[in-house]
Amino acid sequence: MTGKLSKTQDTPPRGAVPMVRAQGVHKSFGHVEVLKGIDLEVRPGEVFCLIGPSGSGKSTFLRCINHLEKINAGRLYVDGELVGYRQQGDKLYELRDREVAMKRRDIGMVFQRFNLFPHMTALENVMEAPVQVKGVNKAQARERAMQLLERVGLADRAGHYPSQLSGGQQQRVAIARALAMDPKLMLFDEPTSALDPELVGDVLDVMRDLAESGMTMVVVTHEMGFAREVGDSLVFMDEGVVVESGHPRDVLTNPQHERTQSFLSKVL
Amino acid sequence: MTDIEKTAGEGAGKSAGEGPAAPAGGPEAIRAVPVRHYGRYISALIAIGILVAIIYAFSQGRINWHAVPEYFFDHRITTGVYKTLMLTVLSMLIGIVGGIVLAVMRLSKNPVTSSIAWFYIWFFRGTPVLVQLFLWFNLGLVFEYINLMPLYKDYWSNFMTPLLTALLGLGLNEAAYMAEICRAGLLAVDEGQTEAAHALGMSHGRTLRRVIIPQAMRVIVPPTGNEVINMLKTTSLVAAVQYPELFRYAQDIGQNSGAPVEMYFLAAAWYLIMTSVLSVGQYYIERHYARGSSRQLPPTPWQRVRANMFSLGRPKGAVSA
Repeated sequence: MTGKLSKTQDTPPRGAVPMVRAQGVHKSFGHVEVLKGIDLEVRPGEVFCLIGPSGSGKSTFLRCINHLEKINAGRLYVDGELVGYRQQGDKLYELRDREVAMKRRDIGMVFQRFNLFPHMTALENVMEAPVQVKGVNKAQARERAMQLLERVGLADRAGHYPSQLSGGQQQRVAIARALAMDPKLMLFDEPTSALDPELVGDVLDVMRDLAESGMTMVVVTHEMGFAREVGDSLVFMDEGVVVESGHPRDVLTNPQHERTQSFLSKVL
Repeated sequence: MTDIEKTAGEGAGKSAGEGPAAPAGGPEAIRAVPVRHYGRYISALIAIGILVAIIYAFSQGRINWHAVPEYFFDHRITTGVYKTLMLTVLSMLIGIVGGIVLAVMRLSKNPVTSSIAWFYIWFFRGTPVLVQLFLWFNLGLVFEYINLMPLYKDYWSNFMTPLLTALLGLGLNEAAYMAEICRAGLLAVDEGQTEAAHALGMSHGRTLRRVIIPQAMRVIVPPTGNEVINMLKTTSLVAAVQYPELFRYAQDIGQNSGAPVEMYFLAAAWYLIMTSVLSVGQYYIERHYARGSSRQLPPTPWQRVRANMFSLGRPKGAVSA
């Protein structure tokens, strides 16, 4: 898959394969059922926001999309392909680690706590995956990494180690690192929750810019402002189920469900 | 002592008066009579007294100190030093490689490999090295001869030379300790690092090599340095299985030259020199792996000297200006 950064499409073509399709996704940790049947669809090029109280399973669902967590029941497809398994007839075969890794190349992920590699500089963090995983030669990877750092506004910090960067800068490097693999889908797991309030804006700006370039994004967030402005779809989750979904403006300003109303009244 | 106090007091007064930290218009710098710690003076005096008494006793003892420099660079001693170093390096290599393998086995999800590793560590940590050395040496009672079919076949006693006994004894024992050190290091790396690497499409092996191990090294290196220093000293035990190294040669010379105790001092001096050199090496290796973990790397001793030279020069410049 080559990175297709098409221009923004307000309405993706009908009948296109959804980027993410979840059908009755269940996930348990031991006896605790965290996801109790999630059904949803993320269309290509759309910004899909997941909101909900903590413990509602939204982060877990996000981690299922790139198979960091294995689902227990249901089906989960990314770009039309089953996540983590191969289906032959009625039987499911677990994918080998190498095959799972192969699929993850196309899915970028940004973590709440950045998870930059602390022993590498910002530039090396961004170069690492293209060089190690895709076998891009170093000079090319460096050039591309510098472009990406430029794009997130951190070209002058290329030689800094993560410990020498602020939280907001680290998160922007983490976004650049994920983009370096030219993913077709980006997952954001509460990307601004660990940041000081005045640093949140910089990260959201980068994400907004990314959304405008046409990237498909699934964003778990508490930033209702971002969801309203940038989001194309929004899902409110609680206790492992989708309670309400729709266009962000509709759900946020005119929530239908009681639980959504009480949640929004607390966070807005 | 009063002299020192006086000059120190003067120095302090000077720097307070001329220091750039106290601007002319600012509040007056504090000049207070410091608390006197009489207890410290007394304990220092007692410690010095005891030290002097010990040194005096040694100088008066019937020890022929001249024998030490006389034999210090004797070719047997230098050979011994070389062999001690070689033993240290080789058995640490066995220990580190074995330790990594055992650590990975211990952390693996396979219950068979992890319990074998557990058992190995239990046995080798639970028995003294000296006993293990003798066991290896006498394993001929169990295995009469060794038979690596196409390659090698011989009686155990011919095969198990003192060198091999020493290497196996020290190395395999060390592997058990290194396994625990490596395991702690691997476990110390945040799980988010593995997740981030996996999310980027890196395989298990590559994640381990590029992300986990470099970070684990920061935790692994300091105790490993201690292990190397320990190993250097433990090599003296192999004198018991007839392998000649520094301690053994020193003993031999001592018995022939009639200066046995002097040779122990000589050996001790050599061990001290070697461990000191190793400590310096350890400092630089630790510094290398500290990259990125602390905002500023600690200065090397040489950088510290240069920095001090600058800071010494500065007040002079300030005075002249």
